[in-house]
Amino acid sequence: MESACEKLGRQINIMEVCGTHTVSIFRNGIRTILPAGIKLLSGPGCPVCVTDQGYIDIVLALADRKDCLIATYGDMIRVPGKIGSLETRPSSNVRVVLSSEDALQLAKDNPKKTVVFIAVGFETTAPATAVVVKEAAQQNIENFCILSGHKLVVPAMRALLSGKNNKIDAFLCPGHVSAIIGFGAFAEVVKDFNRPCVVAGFEPIQIIEGLGEICRQLADNKAEVKSVYAAVVTEKGNSTAQKIISECFELADGLWRGLGKIKKSTLKLKNKYARFDAFIRFGITETPAKELGGCRCGEVLCGLIEPPQCKLFENTCTPTKPVGPCMVSSEGACAAWFKYGRGKK
Amino acid sequence: MCLAIPARIVELEDDNAVVDAMGNRWQAKTTLLPKAKVGDLVLVHAGFAISAVDEEEAKETWELFKEIDDFEKTRNKISG
Repeated sequence: MESACEKLGRQINIMEVCGTHTVSIFRNGIRTILPAGIKLLSGPGCPVCVTDQGYIDIVLALADRKDCLIATYGDMIRVPGKIGSLETRPSSNVRVVLSSEDALQLAKDNPKKTVVFIAVGFETTAPATAVVVKEAAQQNIENFCILSGHKLVVPAMRALLSGKNNKIDAFLCPGHVSAIIGFGAFAEVVKDFNRPCVVAGFEPIQIIEGLGEICRQLADNKAEVKSVYAAVVTEKGNSTAQKIISECFELADGLWRGLGKIKKSTLKLKNKYARFDAFIRFGITETPAKELGGCRCGEVLCGLIEPPQCKLFENTCTPTKPVGPCMVSSEGACAAWFKYGRGKK
Repeated sequence: MCLAIPARIVELEDDNAVVDAMGNRWQAKTTLLPKAKVGDLVLVHAGFAISAVDEEEAKETWELFKEIDDFEKTRNKISG
């Protein structure tokens, strides 16, 4: 890595686009042992963090309806919106689930309520949502619907590289998303933007191996797609999961926190499953909403600033009283900085 | 949210599995891995097995989880 820095004679900026990588990098002190010329940027890899404020406000409004029961992954519970968070809504209207199957079961157990599953996440969670939508259709469970906030990683990477101010030299690509989409999915980023894309696992040695591969490519003036996570990730990924995603969902333009509207970057239920679409069922349109007072999570997500550069960080925004989602989620860059990175580079 | 845990399938009926990691057992679906069978090591994410995983990788991850768990326990003890 050091020789790559010397050869290039400038700082190397590598972005990780996976919340689990972010946490592992901080927890294991990887930033502190890297050569000074290598800078790691935490990108839009935490699904809670990239969810637009407008979506959060829709979830909170639904949680106030007496006819609804919100089923959500635990990560979303404390994300603040205009009127508080799910944690402050009537507890009888909100349930934490560990899987989409639990959400569907909740609908079966509560026939008088409409269960709205807060379907957030990247390609790793999207197939799990698709499975239960299909089940709901087969079993005619009409009091079940999903509020799809599912997003795709590659369009976000493309949007970041299309930004004028981006300083990204390479991507450390997410391990578990790649288990679904396959490492071949990043070939278009390499081809169109000439940036190395390397998939790595989550153990410290695997992350360092991935960073080493990136540096090797940069030093040789190459850009290739590669996986150093052969134990889990194949070139083509999980074809069953890809098939079920495309059976249920179609690509739609969508809103991302910090990145704005990105073309064909989100998943919307297909017409044949429209009756399970909470946006349609409740006549809701997602509109962009401003971040809460002074919060700079959007810039953090794009790698434009580091959390300590936000005035709220450590002052009014802490894990116990978070202002923005990057501090709420345990996989968020601000939470990782707070827990492991304070006082370090 | 993207945390995925390697676990071994110990029971399987249709696509309903019971998986085991370090003695902890829970239910998971194998819908996304139709060829999965009892004894296979799989990566479980949000209640679904999403890919196969090899023995060495699983062991390393379990070891890491154990270390983190021990570390957190010690830290909680120290901080009171």
